[in-house]
Amino acid sequence: MSAYLVSMATYAGFFIILALALNLQWGLTGMVNFGIAGFYALGAYTSGLLSAKAGWPLGMSIPMAIAAGFAAGGLVALLSMRLREDFLAIVTLGVGEVIRLVVLNEDQITEGPRGLRIEAQPFQSLIAPENYPVFYLGFVAFFVAITYWICERIRKAPMGRTLRAIREDDVVAGVLGKNVFRHRIQIFAIGGGFMGLAGALYAHYSQNISPEVFMPTVAMFIWMSVIVGGAGNNRGLLIGAGTVIMFLEGTRFFGDVLPWLDAETMSSVRIITIGLLLIVTLRLRPRGLLPEPKFTYTKDKIAG
Amino acid sequence: MSVMLSASGLFRRFGGVQAVSDMGLEVETGSITGLIGPNGAGKSTLFNLLSGVIRPQAGKVLYKGQDVTRLAPYKRARLGMIRTFQLSREFGRLTVLENLMLSPQQQLGEQLFPLFAKSEAVAQSDDVVYERALEVMYIAALTPLRDKYAADLSGGQKKLLELARTLMIDCDLILLDEPGAGVNPALMGTLIDMIRRLNTDYGKTFLIVEHDMDLIGKLCDPVVVMTEGSYLSSGPFDQIREDPRVIEAYLGGVFLD
Repeated sequence: MSAYLVSMATYAGFFIILALALNLQWGLTGMVNFGIAGFYALGAYTSGLLSAKAGWPLGMSIPMAIAAGFAAGGLVALLSMRLREDFLAIVTLGVGEVIRLVVLNEDQITEGPRGLRIEAQPFQSLIAPENYPVFYLGFVAFFVAITYWICERIRKAPMGRTLRAIREDDVVAGVLGKNVFRHRIQIFAIGGGFMGLAGALYAHYSQNISPEVFMPTVAMFIWMSVIVGGAGNNRGLLIGAGTVIMFLEGTRFFGDVLPWLDAETMSSVRIITIGLLLIVTLRLRPRGLLPEPKFTYTKDKIAG
Repeated sequence: MSVMLSASGLFRRFGGVQAVSDMGLEVETGSITGLIGPNGAGKSTLFNLLSGVIRPQAGKVLYKGQDVTRLAPYKRARLGMIRTFQLSREFGRLTVLENLMLSPQQQLGEQLFPLFAKSEAVAQSDDVVYERALEVMYIAALTPLRDKYAADLSGGQKKLLELARTLMIDCDLILLDEPGAGVNPALMGTLIDMIRRLNTDYGKTFLIVEHDMDLIGKLCDPVVVMTEGSYLSSGPFDQIREDPRVIEAYLGGVFLD
């Protein structure tokens, strides 16, 4: 059971990094991204292929996954920034699916639906196998902490103020002398980089990645984490992602409580429960469990 | 007197509508120039052309002698040319103080590298911005509202905030699109005072589009009149209101009395 909890917490770590990235893009800057699964897959396959097929050390393949996500994010933003919000949503959804379908069909490189086997794990030789899951949880937590710190730094700085202004009204931000275009590309790229990182961490954790993991439903779960936790509030996301994981995993045990349900009905019930969670949250706390805090400035300390 | 902003031969068509046609005007340095005209005369389109929100199909806009016709709005803003909007557009979920602190351009803490590499300098420069915001808030009588979300302000307070925002920026020319629209009479006096003070004490040049003839009469000299997308006449307000062509453009002159 404790092994199960460790694995759940590790998955929550991937979710939190993805949610932080989405919060940077959408919660703070107002850019819709439905292609999260694609950036996640890109990171997973970049690091996975480089280490499994090209024999790169993880110290290089994981940074490459971040770089790939960063570049893809910047490129998508660059190509679609002249579009309105709703069209950006469609473009990102499309990009996410394109990445997944390329992975699925380029099977001489990616092994396609058979799945890619990745042996390499960070610090594999130094840690005893029975302690490895706990170590990996700490490894993921370390990256969650760094991502969180960077996101908070951006949010609280003058940059965060400008990004929120762009979210509220991009035309006025432009007229006030803000380079809206550059800010958006930058943030979309950084968010893409974090998603790539989450993908790489996932790849070396599960050691077996296949395209069906990166369906658009992943994006929906991350969106739910952000909406339930509170858009614009990074602390809320920790709760949001935790709640979504808890519902995703916890509902597995419905079978024990409701033994008359067969497996197929069960999986539908799980999705229904998660949908209900979203509806209830939106009814009772439309801005999430922890809404975006109001920034009040005093002489010596900037709080937020 | 030197000319701060000059536009000539501007054309802009939207589908079948020729919104602005061979329009030109000059704004002298240090003046409060008014721009009036009946509804549909193309004033707002002209404003969008001058501030770069839309581009003209022909014509030129010169700012301090420099051709800015094809310059993006944020680049014009960095040259010192700021505009406001007819329906005040504030950043709703930013507080009054934040709306002001946001406004200074090219802040150190807006750039990624200094944000992480020079956090000390970022904090210092933000302190300077903070002090200035307090000053501006005082001038604009917004101090009691400092931690309110801009979305929760009244129409008039939003107009004041928009004007105050321009004070945070080192700008020389301020384009005001109907500053008086939706402002209650009590706040109108404050607003007019503030514009005048910005002009005399801070040396800002204004171009104001307005329907409220009271505000135009009190503040603006000269006044430019446009109708059907082009220039009609210009001069001091008292002279303009006697001009038969202007009176005719305004439905027989009822409006001007």
